[in-house]
Amino acid sequence: MTTRGGREARQADVAAALAEILPRGAILGRHEDTAPYECDALTAYRTSPLLVVLPDTEEQVAATLGVCHRMGVPVIARGAGTGLSGGATPHHWGVVLSLAKLNKILKIDPGARLAVVQCGVRNAAISEAAAPYGLYYAPDPSSQIACTIGGNVAENSGGVHCLKYGLTLHNVLRVRGFMADGEAVEFGSLALDAAGLDLLSIVVGSEGMLAVITEVAVKLVPKPQSARCIMASFDDIESAGAAVASVIARGIIPAGLELMDKAMTAAVEAFVHADYDLDAAAILLCESDGSAEEVEEEIVRMEEVLKAAGASRLEVSRDEAQRLRFWSGRKNAFPASGGISPDYMCMDSTIPRKRLAEMLRAIQQMEVRYGLRCVNVFHAGDGNLHPLILFDAEEPDQMRRCELFGADILETSVRLGGTVTGEHGVGVEKLNSMCVQFAPAERAQFLAVKHAFDPLESLNPGKVIPTLHRCAEYGKMHVHRGLLPFPNLPRF
Amino acid sequence: MDPQDPALARMVDQVAQARAHRAPLEIRGGGTKTFYGGSAKGEPLEVKGLCGISSYEPTELVVTARAGTSLAELEAALDAYGQCLPFEPPRFSAGGTVGGMTAAGLSGPARASAGSVRDHVLGVTLLNGRAEVLTFGGQVAKNVAGYDVSRLLVGSLGILGVICEVSLKVLPMNRATATLCFDWNESRALEQLNLWASQPLPINAGAWHDGQLRVRLSGAVAAVNAACGKLGGTPIAADAAAAWWLSLRDQTQEFFALSGADLARGESLWRLSLPGTSAPVELPGRQIIEWNGAQRWWRTGARPTSVRAAAARVGGHATLIRGADKSAGVFTPLPGALLRIHRGLKESFDPAGIFNPGRLYAEL
Repeated sequence: MTTRGGREARQADVAAALAEILPRGAILGRHEDTAPYECDALTAYRTSPLLVVLPDTEEQVAATLGVCHRMGVPVIARGAGTGLSGGATPHHWGVVLSLAKLNKILKIDPGARLAVVQCGVRNAAISEAAAPYGLYYAPDPSSQIACTIGGNVAENSGGVHCLKYGLTLHNVLRVRGFMADGEAVEFGSLALDAAGLDLLSIVVGSEGMLAVITEVAVKLVPKPQSARCIMASFDDIESAGAAVASVIARGIIPAGLELMDKAMTAAVEAFVHADYDLDAAAILLCESDGSAEEVEEEIVRMEEVLKAAGASRLEVSRDEAQRLRFWSGRKNAFPASGGISPDYMCMDSTIPRKRLAEMLRAIQQMEVRYGLRCVNVFHAGDGNLHPLILFDAEEPDQMRRCELFGADILETSVRLGGTVTGEHGVGVEKLNSMCVQFAPAERAQFLAVKHAFDPLESLNPGKVIPTLHRCAEYGKMHVHRGLLPFPNLPRF
Repeated sequence: MDPQDPALARMVDQVAQARAHRAPLEIRGGGTKTFYGGSAKGEPLEVKGLCGISSYEPTELVVTARAGTSLAELEAALDAYGQCLPFEPPRFSAGGTVGGMTAAGLSGPARASAGSVRDHVLGVTLLNGRAEVLTFGGQVAKNVAGYDVSRLLVGSLGILGVICEVSLKVLPMNRATATLCFDWNESRALEQLNLWASQPLPINAGAWHDGQLRVRLSGAVAAVNAACGKLGGTPIAADAAAAWWLSLRDQTQEFFALSGADLARGESLWRLSLPGTSAPVELPGRQIIEWNGAQRWWRTGARPTSVRAAAARVGGHATLIRGADKSAGVFTPLPGALLRIHRGLKESFDPAGIFNPGRLYAEL
């Protein structure tokens, strides 16, 4: 099936089989219809899928999986397509299973503090539906107005508040969906645990490779009565990094603790005009939430710590409008970067907090080495970095240098005791870096886990776990870092 | 972990031998939870020699300890920096280990508000059934590289391999604590616990038993004081309250002690894990309710089928914690699809089937 004709015939066969179980209009095969599905938010990587299907019931999802399983067709589940690591990048011979139409909120139960929603419900829509009861869904990835809960489950998404409120895993009670062959399955329960091995833990964050999730029960938590934010400037990144450690050392767990470097601050200021301190080497946003009494008590302690850590300017939000203005730049870091560069690549590694300054210095050296600029936003409280490498995809050499720059950041993170991805997932983007973080036996164990769920490897094949062959090739390329033999060849 | 470490190297050898002979191994830590799960069989594999805190940096909120480290040592080290394991793992008796805590996956009174053992595990080094030493997760709180195998191992009762080292997220202790007591019946207590849980109150634990609801508040000084005023009830003196919560956590209260005579009479201790808002469960015997109604301990002579049915009716599951007859299984049987995944996972980690056979389910 390597010829073009072979693919067209295959497409026709699979489309015909799917047409028996799906309504008209739910199968897209023409190039102009499938083009929007060629990539997720990692737009540098594109593949044309064999077909795209848009079921609108769980029964159709199950039937689609059954047909694909029988015919040996790979299935790539997709939510809103906001993923940053290429988790939803299509497979040339595979079907993209868009779950966007499964977008109903099935139940908000304020007494039990939970919501049961279909996978295509947007993250922010859950909190909106829960708001009348004084409740909300805590994880808040920056893309929360667009990203879906199904995608959040696939990636175990975080957000700026996960230092205090946890990741998706910590806020999901139960997921329901289907195995690769279409059999219905349920992980977790509406109690706080389920019998047997904790399969929910491994399904959350599995990037659509173990099962297709169609329904999610999430915890809702009481909305804090009050929130205030401190914006603190630092003259050098070392003292900003040390300030982060001092806050934690004082026994404070801020609701959010974010860092922006000078270049990032300049970019977001031009975008949102929030009156950021453009002279600071780094800006920290430190937020307290809870009851009014709690917040007053904590803000005073935070101020003391930040002053003692050498903050050169310090401002506490007086009201909600000002608090949101402090956050406006941080929340718009990605679009603001789009405003100062034709393209950017967002990295997502995590390092121990104490290495923040060291990492920023290393990135500054990389800017020189790769001849590209990089602006930085960090979830400083949990050591999760989002360096944004600025480049122009029209220039092939810039794309190549950007990839090398990114790989260097990830590998430096591993060397500093961290991980190649904190919340965006591995997808296709970080496959090579997985070779660095995990030994062959560990990667083989991952693959064995995959086989326990999906023996034929039909769900999102080729993602997350690099093959031994790929890692061997990558190891060879490493020897000649920056001097790849065929720099323009795509490497998957 | 250093593969040259003599204690680890001995364990690797023992696993390789057992694998070659397909001879079962019983993984042993401090031996404080041998009553939990199916009965152990096989040659003992001792983990206690693999001990010591590998790294602890309070400002990182992360501690890494080898599996044989005693829980007492770990908690003392955290206490010295004003930090703690917020999920309050039950210790039952002295000598429990970090590995045992992780393998059992049991959490204490604060679980409903502070999260579980699983929620706080960041990384695990595992010796699998191929005698390979593998590390999953790491020492940072946000980490989605690869499948989350370290959390899968929490509560696995050793059936997938030997937990050798564990990294845990730790938290600062709360600055203020208070306990209030209310004389309420079961329905009223359940209703009120769930009502409070939907409000921004610093409730850290609640437990109802025999007509009394105890509620522990924990958090910022101002928040705890304000909540005490709002909730009412009778305050309990700090020392007495601390001792009571400790006895609940470690299950040293009279309620949890089943004598030989009790067992011979057919009395058992069950743990029912239910949606917290479930109505009172109708069983003969006595109970303690925790976790806003999501965990209900029953001391009952009811047959396993009746207990399991009572839990299943409301979408929960029941575990036989202590009892003379475990022939009906300790854990709630799995539906077909989940059992197949369990078998596949067992095969993938432990192809020769040597680790703790039967401890979780008879067929694994």
